[in-house]
Amino acid sequence: MASYQNLFTQVQVEAPSYMGVPLDRPRDNNERLLKPLHLHILGRIGNAQIGPIYLGFLGLASLIFFLIGFTAIGWNYLVQVNYSPIEFVRQLFWLSVDPPPPQYGLSIPPLNEGGWWLFSGFFITVSVLLWWMRTYRRAIQLKMGTHVAWAFAAAIWLYLVLGFFRPILMGSWGEAVPWGVFSHLDWTAAFSLRYGNLFYNPFHMLSIVFLYGSTLLFAMHGATILAVSRYGGEREIEQIVDRGTASERAGLFWRWTMGFNATMESIHRWAWWFAVLTCITGGIGILLTGTVVDNWYLWAVKHGVAPPYPEIWGPVNDPSTAANAVSAGALPPGGAAAPAIAR
Amino acid sequence: MKSIRNITLAGLALAVLGLTGCERLPMETKQIGYRGTGMEQVINPRTQAEVDKANVLPVALDPAPAGGPLAKNIYKNVQVLGDLTEGQFNRLMVAMTLWVAPEQGCAYCHNVQNFADDSLYTKIVARRMTQMTQSINAKWQAHVGETGVTCYTCHRGQNLPSKRWFTEPDAQMAGRLLGYDAGQNRAGVEANANASLPYDPYTPYLLQDKEIRVNGSTALPTGNRQSIKQTEWTYALMMHMSQGLGVNCTYCHNTRAVAEWSQSPPQRVTAWHGIRMVREINNEYIVGLTPVHPPNRLGPTGDISKVNCATCHQGVNKPLGGKSMIKDHPELSGGRLTSLVKTPVASAQ
Repeated sequence: MASYQNLFTQVQVEAPSYMGVPLDRPRDNNERLLKPLHLHILGRIGNAQIGPIYLGFLGLASLIFFLIGFTAIGWNYLVQVNYSPIEFVRQLFWLSVDPPPPQYGLSIPPLNEGGWWLFSGFFITVSVLLWWMRTYRRAIQLKMGTHVAWAFAAAIWLYLVLGFFRPILMGSWGEAVPWGVFSHLDWTAAFSLRYGNLFYNPFHMLSIVFLYGSTLLFAMHGATILAVSRYGGEREIEQIVDRGTASERAGLFWRWTMGFNATMESIHRWAWWFAVLTCITGGIGILLTGTVVDNWYLWAVKHGVAPPYPEIWGPVNDPSTAANAVSAGALPPGGAAAPAIAR
Repeated sequence: MKSIRNITLAGLALAVLGLTGCERLPMETKQIGYRGTGMEQVINPRTQAEVDKANVLPVALDPAPAGGPLAKNIYKNVQVLGDLTEGQFNRLMVAMTLWVAPEQGCAYCHNVQNFADDSLYTKIVARRMTQMTQSINAKWQAHVGETGVTCYTCHRGQNLPSKRWFTEPDAQMAGRLLGYDAGQNRAGVEANANASLPYDPYTPYLLQDKEIRVNGSTALPTGNRQSIKQTEWTYALMMHMSQGLGVNCTYCHNTRAVAEWSQSPPQRVTAWHGIRMVREINNEYIVGLTPVHPPNRLGPTGDISKVNCATCHQGVNKPLGGKSMIKDHPELSGGRLTSLVKTPVASAQ
């Protein structure tokens, strides 16, 4: 007999399409688009039903703003490869729309010298903010809490710090992240190199703790619920209201293995806070970099965070300082007596 | 269950395909610094044989017989090597032919009807390169040490060293409304190890002397305004050095604090001098030869091909495995430095 509970969904329950609960305003009931479609393959990882989608004013506006920004980026990519579709595909991960050079500061640069970055950044940012409003409003309409919207807001905070708040504090759009796959990764590495190693930034440390902590919590929670699903553990809401054997066994497991257990409801608070704090602390760390701290390594030395290690190569000195020019070997032994060189 | 297995297999096949650009494991790591600091070099033992093969020294010619008349007294128009004896002079000419033009022979640089004639541009170049070699060996021991360099260090039996660079032309953006690339974001650029970093880190740093350092020397901001874009240019130059020498960042830097000299391996000092040496080579010896070059040897902006770290190093931290050829060719060493020719162009006319 097939069993319902496993790592993969093996038995699908099929049901007629469900259009969702009726809402108070008739408009909210009419704006559900697309006739629902059922795909077995999707049922293996989630709900087999696709749609309906609630688009509405905010969704439509967000989509339009996004498409304008997205097209501006794509069109710049196309020109960068001289409209060659093959090169477009081959170089896609390398192509990028970069912010203007630092000399333009916070002024509006020429369109083809960073102006397109500002343009697409504006449209995509407006799109993201409209999408946030949409998540907030949908939650209210469905008479849910607004937890999803506030979690999304944490990510938007980090995004705005990187591309908006920090560049403004630094007085240069050139400080911001480019629109490109590899280019934004190179930006990240360069950011750490410029500011003396971001790993010594305590807010970066916190952000990593919450990021890795999130994955750990996700794995622990997912595994626990799957493990007790044979007792109905995946019906978490029921287990919250009426704690059954699934809940008890899951709690016992963690109490026995590490002495403490979260509850069916509190585990979700753990997950929510860890995820949200990843972005909040990360954003604070980025915002402080260059504005308040210029070299995180030296900051860490100053505050006793970075330990000293024994010198094993003997003194290595900066050859560019005049005092070191001779000792570091800029001149060969007896160099002063060497014959003059044709100039 | 069967379809799950198929999906898993397809996923594995995709993962393998995605790794085709990577070198096969395992690598060897060698600890080079204090324990626990991650100061180590990564070596691929499977490519080592190939590297060794590419860095074998050519067999040295028999020494010239002692004594004899000086080259300047029996040949005409010997401007740089006139103080060699005839035997030493001819031995060096043979060596240079083997190092640089083994296929074309003497005629690559000389008018064989009249060896004193300066009509071939290659002879003008060879004379200047001889001075350059002597200058490197005399003046830049902080970089080349006692090992020194010869023509072979770069040429390896070819007319032109295999690793050279031209200034990248501006990406034809004039009059265009879109497509600004900020001097970066191209696939397959050897100079920056195929990152999306700036594709010509040579012109600002190995021809011009733009500031390479970007880190501040104080914990809190005290006026260092180097931007992240500036950092990306420096980063690209460092990627070139890493590629050109076949080393990790940790060969020269303690990566927990890349800017700190007191924590860096001493190789960083050698590299610092190397950057200045390359800059001087390009400006004092190479660029001046542009007018004598035929157009087909020039780059897209009409510039001459120039030197970078890889020109000598060719993927190895010590060119030719650190083996010296100078002991067999003391006439190229710094002690022999004679400088008669002011500019190569003047002598050509």
